[in-house]
Amino acid sequence: MKLTLRIWRQKNAQDKGGLETHQLDDVSPDMSFLEMLDVLNEDLLEKGTEPIAFDHDCREGICGTCSLMIDGVPHGPDRGTTACQLHMRTFKDGDTLTIEPWRAKAFPVVKDLVVDRTSFDRIIQAGGYVSVNTGGAPDANLIPIPKAEADVAMDAAACIGCGACVAACKNASAMLFVAAKAGHLGHLPQGEVEKKARARAMVHQMDEEGFGACTNTYDCEAACPKEISVEFIAELHRDYRKGLFSGR
Amino acid sequence: MNWLLRGLRSSVGLKFVMAVTGLLLFGFVLAHLAGNLQIFAGADQLNGYAKSLQDLGPLLWVARGGLLAIFVLHVGTGVMLARRNRAARGTPYAVQKAIDSTHASRAMVSTGVVVMIFVVYHLMHFTLGVGIRPEFHDWTDPQGRHDVYSMVVAGFQQLPIALFYIVSMLGLGVHLSHGLASMFQSLGWNQPKYRSFTRLLGIGITAVIILGNISMPVAAQFGLIELPEWNPLVNGGN
Ligand code: HEM
Ligand code: FES
Repeated sequence: MKLTLRIWRQKNAQDKGGLETHQLDDVSPDMSFLEMLDVLNEDLLEKGTEPIAFDHDCREGICGTCSLMIDGVPHGPDRGTTACQLHMRTFKDGDTLTIEPWRAKAFPVVKDLVVDRTSFDRIIQAGGYVSVNTGGAPDANLIPIPKAEADVAMDAAACIGCGACVAACKNASAMLFVAAKAGHLGHLPQGEVEKKARARAMVHQMDEEGFGACTNTYDCEAACPKEISVEFIAELHRDYRKGLFSGR
Repeated sequence: MNWLLRGLRSSVGLKFVMAVTGLLLFGFVLAHLAGNLQIFAGADQLNGYAKSLQDLGPLLWVARGGLLAIFVLHVGTGVMLARRNRAARGTPYAVQKAIDSTHASRAMVSTGVVVMIFVVYHLMHFTLGVGIRPEFHDWTDPQGRHDVYSMVVAGFQQLPIALFYIVSMLGLGVHLSHGLASMFQSLGWNQPKYRSFTRLLGIGITAVIILGNISMPVAAQFGLIELPEWNPLVNGGN
């Protein structure tokens, strides 16, 4: 298939950057989106121009490194799919696709399509942990946890920290990320004790990093490759509210 | 106290303020509608109701002050959030699509501004009686009460005013259709099992508010409510 690609190019954080148009004439529908970019980069290298920088690692939808805004939707049009798991058969021959980096003040562009997401790491450092020393890994099933509760914790833990929620949100808010990270700890007995303090610490760090607030549009849930529910945001609000009055 | 204030200044805290003030304003809008629908029971009923409010005296001013404070908090917090949210994006996208979000959820600021403009006009029109046909505001009925009934009917008989009210109410409707459901989420009351319920509740109550409020200008336009015989405009006056 033939494609026209409009791709964001930016030399470094200081550069203004802009969209650059490229043609690809022989794209296989079975390629993944990243393989399609690999082919384009091969072309560019042969022509002696600089290949396009984009983030990727596992290419199997589990690491959260790939981060492309494809035609206005994070990770492209397929639901519950990362860009690396998106296949070119999703598109039509002759399509024009616009590919941009995640846009958020808290995710500055490093180069081309690569953004710096260490703001997420600092949110985790602020409260996304359990502070008791638990020693070695306990035996399985030593602490009984109801199946339903364990399932909820697992649903939240599916977050791969890719940042699609921020990219999709009209406010560039990180609430779904923060809520998922706080939620998977809060649903387990080890993490539950600190959930109010954790909600507060993580939300304050989120603000500090310059992410926006939540307007409850729920585009984050729709964009999330792991389809994490905004119910976790409601829980985060709940824990934060309780902490507001209990003083911790 | 510091702990509380600092907590309320965060993005989540500001949303609590937004939700609580929104809920209070919403309660006011409902009560206001219930009061005004008495127009369909005739001039005597409505003017009597208006007098009972006036007779509250200082209490009325306390209520007005409280309402103003809530309104200012809601708008002020909304503006603060909107500015933060705009700054958070930085460079805009060349292409960005809404995925599941509704128009209403993305237009809270614009619909809020519509409501804001409306409220200013509305207060000038009916409460302060300044600017637009101030003489309407000085009418009295045969019992010597402020003739609210005539003032409202005469106002709504003018097509541009009726249209302005109707359009503004649609704006409020769009604002509330998202706002009410959103409030549950902001306060952390959004359990999955209630999600469709809160959404329906939002839409249902919004419909009541909008249809109720719009019914008055529409009724005046179609002659379903008319000026009483004692009104100076009725016998060829102006
Ligand atoms: C009668 C008047 C009004 C009522 C009943 C009302 C009600 C509400 C409600 C219930 C919410 C949802 C809060 C939440 O998501 O937690 C809301 C949100 C909002 N309101 Fe209003 N509102 C009114 C007037 C206004 C005005 C005059 C403005 C602004 C100029 C405004 C701006 C906003 C904004 C920007 C939001 C969204 C905040 C966010 O989600 O980040 N509202 N309103
Ligand atoms: S590269 Fe690992 S999730 Fe896409």
